[in-house]
Amino acid sequence: MPSPILSLAWRDSRGARRRLVLYVSAMALGVAALVAIRSFGINLERAVDEQALEVFGADLQVRRGTPYTVAQEALLDSVAAENRGAVLREVTFPSMARFPAAGDGEGRARLVQIRALDGPWPLYGQPDLVPATATLGQGVLVDATLLLQMDASVGDSVQIGARTYAVAGRVDGAPGQTDVASLVGPRIYLPLARLDTTLLSVGSRARYRTSFRFDDAPAALAAAVPRLESADLRTETADEQQEDVSEASDALSRFLSLVGFVALLLGGVGVASSMGLYVREKAETVATLRCLGLSSRRVFAVYTLQAVALGAVGAVLGVALGVAVQRLLPLVLSGFLPVDVDNAVVPRALAEGLGVGVLAAVLFALLPLAAVRRVPPLRALRADAQARGLDPLRLALGAVLVAGVGGFAYLQTQSVVGALSFVGGTAAVFVLLTLTAALVRWTVRRGVRPGLPWAWRQGLANLHAPGNQTLVLLLTMGLGVFLVLALGLVQRSILAQIALPQAQGEAAPDVVLFDVQPDQRAGLRALLAAQDLEALGQVPIVSMRIQALDGVPADTLIDRADASFGGTEGGPERWALAREYRSTYRDRTVDTEEVTAGTFEGTARADAAVVPVSLEEDLAADLAIGLGSRITWDVGGVPVESVVTSLRKVDWAQVQPNFFAVFPAGPLDEAPQTDILLTRAGTPEASARLQSAVVEAYPTVSVVDVRQVLALVDEVLGRVAFVLRFMALFAVVTGLVVLAGAVRVALAQRTREAVLLRTLGASRAQVRRILLAEYTLLGLLAALTGGVLAVGGAWALARFAFEIPFRLDPTWLFVALVAVPLLTAVVGLAGSGRALRQPPLDVLRAEV
Amino acid sequence: MTAPALVAHDLTKTFVSGERSLTVLDGVSFAVEAGATCAIVGPSGSGKTTLLGLCAGLDRPTRGSVRLAGTDLGPLDEDARAALRARSVGFVFQNFRLLPTLTAWENVALPLEIRGERGARAAALDLLDRVGLADRSAHYPTQLSGGEQQRVALARAFAGRPALLFADEPTGNLDAETGARVEALLFDLNREAGTALVVVTHDPELAARCEQTVRLKGGRVVLPDVAVGTTAHV
Repeated sequence: MPSPILSLAWRDSRGARRRLVLYVSAMALGVAALVAIRSFGINLERAVDEQALEVFGADLQVRRGTPYTVAQEALLDSVAAENRGAVLREVTFPSMARFPAAGDGEGRARLVQIRALDGPWPLYGQPDLVPATATLGQGVLVDATLLLQMDASVGDSVQIGARTYAVAGRVDGAPGQTDVASLVGPRIYLPLARLDTTLLSVGSRARYRTSFRFDDAPAALAAAVPRLESADLRTETADEQQEDVSEASDALSRFLSLVGFVALLLGGVGVASSMGLYVREKAETVATLRCLGLSSRRVFAVYTLQAVALGAVGAVLGVALGVAVQRLLPLVLSGFLPVDVDNAVVPRALAEGLGVGVLAAVLFALLPLAAVRRVPPLRALRADAQARGLDPLRLALGAVLVAGVGGFAYLQTQSVVGALSFVGGTAAVFVLLTLTAALVRWTVRRGVRPGLPWAWRQGLANLHAPGNQTLVLLLTMGLGVFLVLALGLVQRSILAQIALPQAQGEAAPDVVLFDVQPDQRAGLRALLAAQDLEALGQVPIVSMRIQALDGVPADTLIDRADASFGGTEGGPERWALAREYRSTYRDRTVDTEEVTAGTFEGTARADAAVVPVSLEEDLAADLAIGLGSRITWDVGGVPVESVVTSLRKVDWAQVQPNFFAVFPAGPLDEAPQTDILLTRAGTPEASARLQSAVVEAYPTVSVVDVRQVLALVDEVLGRVAFVLRFMALFAVVTGLVVLAGAVRVALAQRTREAVLLRTLGASRAQVRRILLAEYTLLGLLAALTGGVLAVGGAWALARFAFEIPFRLDPTWLFVALVAVPLLTAVVGLAGSGRALRQPPLDVLRAEV
Repeated sequence: MTAPALVAHDLTKTFVSGERSLTVLDGVSFAVEAGATCAIVGPSGSGKTTLLGLCAGLDRPTRGSVRLAGTDLGPLDEDARAALRARSVGFVFQNFRLLPTLTAWENVALPLEIRGERGARAAALDLLDRVGLADRSAHYPTQLSGGEQQRVALARAFAGRPALLFADEPTGNLDAETGARVEALLFDLNREAGTALVVVTHDPELAARCEQTVRLKGGRVVLPDVAVGTTAHV
């Protein structure tokens, strides 16, 4: 590189350096997001590696949905005896837990997850207990979230089944358990030996798990796994689970990277736009240099050098910021992670961020900078001289840019389709934003103009003035608004949908009683009556498994599904074959379902050889069967032959007992069954009273308050949305930085205008009002643009992805319409201060 | 005898916009000997600036040829013409065209730095001293008056010791007194350096100080004072 180019590049940037850094720092946030996410991802991967055994809790686990057979028990014992180490037996099931002293002595109850343990717990890692010395020998250990909900504390007693235990300790964290999981199903740990075994006889939702810790894991696994598998026991090893967790965490960080990349692209658009104006400013300098004999290539080199230097500055800023943001990510995401992730600085992530940042900044800057090659030297003599026609270099740069975006997306998604969708989706959103922005501008211009005060008309006119950056600002800020708003709107829609039964009418049930045994029906109805509550419905539940499909044993089909890579290749899917079905029988369809094929048969003879059955349509697809197919069910050991006579579409989002398989009234009347009872408590207090009373009298019955479920869904959705919104925030802040850059770009022109207006007699306050009007309008347009698109996007997501009706919650829109113009005005006025302070005479003097 | 600094032959420039075509220059020929001075004069819109642009190789003629410091511009591409300008041509503009981000001495040193010559700073300071601005060398253009800026521009134009200097209304933006000083300086430097000078001007006094005058009207040369030998060199 010849030194005159270098020194010229340096000297030419004088006076513009600070604002150039501002322009390019729009990309810093995107780089920061990428660096933070990448560092976090690498640290997460390492944590998963290091903590794999703790997360899984064992070297080997054997799980079963039913109790072990005698032969299996013997095999498990011999595996434990032959390989030195430790064994933990565990039964996990949902049950009601009642804290009799809570709620001012009335007692409080809720559905919890029981982990009944026999053996050293945990086999790996350390639980976070209060007091730290608490053990299962002293009583039960309870998740902190549950104690909080129940207003109970260590030392209280808790009733599970027919037994009462002392709460020996609070579990603040257990290895391998996420916060969100304990929110959804808070756990109580108790000694297996002291479990009320009647709880296991009701329904069959218990899971049996045996965990092994081996002194010599590889050898023990090699010896034990084949023996266990051949005894029809499914095994899982820590390595297998680590792979699953790695894949999931990898997918998470890739997805977040793409969101960060969107922020980078937004910043890039801002950089390109600012540089475009910078180049226009420089046209005369360029023409003069050309007259003095500098070749177009060397002129281009001067500005390319500036772009590279700027890109480096922006990327370094971004990397530094990224290291800071990285510290926030574990806080944002920790609820979803089964491992502890540290904040170690990852050189690889920093280097990558630096590379991507410089490359992106240079590419986006070069796109407008390429124009300097084509400034004709004649421009020094004539202001109107300019190059004509398309510039092949700019086309090439554009192509490189699109390819770069696609390449990055490919690295993140590892799929050509994914990369193409990302490029296509991004392009579509940009086009949509551009069109929406144009439409909004057009509308505002048409609709509002005549009656406005002078300052507002002037401000509005500024948005349309030559060289304006309105479109770029609407694009960047609009996209930020769009991302944040769309997420909020979808969340609202989902909640509105779930909450619907509540709103439907006074009589809609809000408390559901599960696992009601036939001999408990009368007593429970009496209990409800005693509390002035009415049983609104009673639904029988019969547990069953699939024994055979069209005569082929389910075991054979499961083996086939296991053998075929990635599931099924058109055959029945494993989950659908292996699961336990809780089916019902009734003589009609209900509101939340709709027959889509065949005819629903409501009754059948009790001794029918082949029973008609109605399947949910998605299940039928996963089982790869249709109308006329035969299913043999195992109902409590008795085979029941059935034929599919109808398919139903079920609205699962409704809080209603819904079923995969519905039988006609008659054939299953005498099968082993439990009931679901529905009632309406009306208030949380009445519900709490009911729950406590039911559990006290019938400890095996589970009670769920729909309100609690809704609160839970809200909480979980809120946490997910928080993560997404945290990422979307980068887009919003990028929009504001682009705005700051744009304000700075326009400052010279602004100053001239302001001075001219003041020379003509306008007061400083009037000029300020014009600026205020302009930036407020700009913010309003951005909020409208993003808002319109967000409503459209949220509608599409609700309609097509979640298949629920879209409900517009105007609160979010309203907040956006107030907050965005306010922020825009603040940034705009803060950046335009100099235009107002400059004495008119100074400016006129400088204008030669 | 050395080759003429500039030979323009049959220069024609036609702009086509849509159906209509506009001939701004029509068959202009003239020559400027090495070290000679030549004024291009004429009313607004007569094609003066277009002619200057063509002669300096900033634009290409529709027809005709330009030979600058012995080199035919016709076959040269943009970059080759830029290189020729860097070697042999100096410019003075009506509105000075100093780079606003460069100090006075840096502006003057620019032609030498573009050529990659050593000692650019010393040479620039010498020239600034010559135009009476030694004490203003570290100032930026906005910190200088119009006359001072044009003197810096003159220093810059002579820094590369060009064979030929083009000046486009060099005193057009200056008051009479300052203009006269700049004008005197221009001719002094021209004489000292032996540089040929082509001045586009409205100012009859300035034109009168030149050895020859090309008078344009409607794109054609009227009263070609010196048409002598024009064709002989081509």
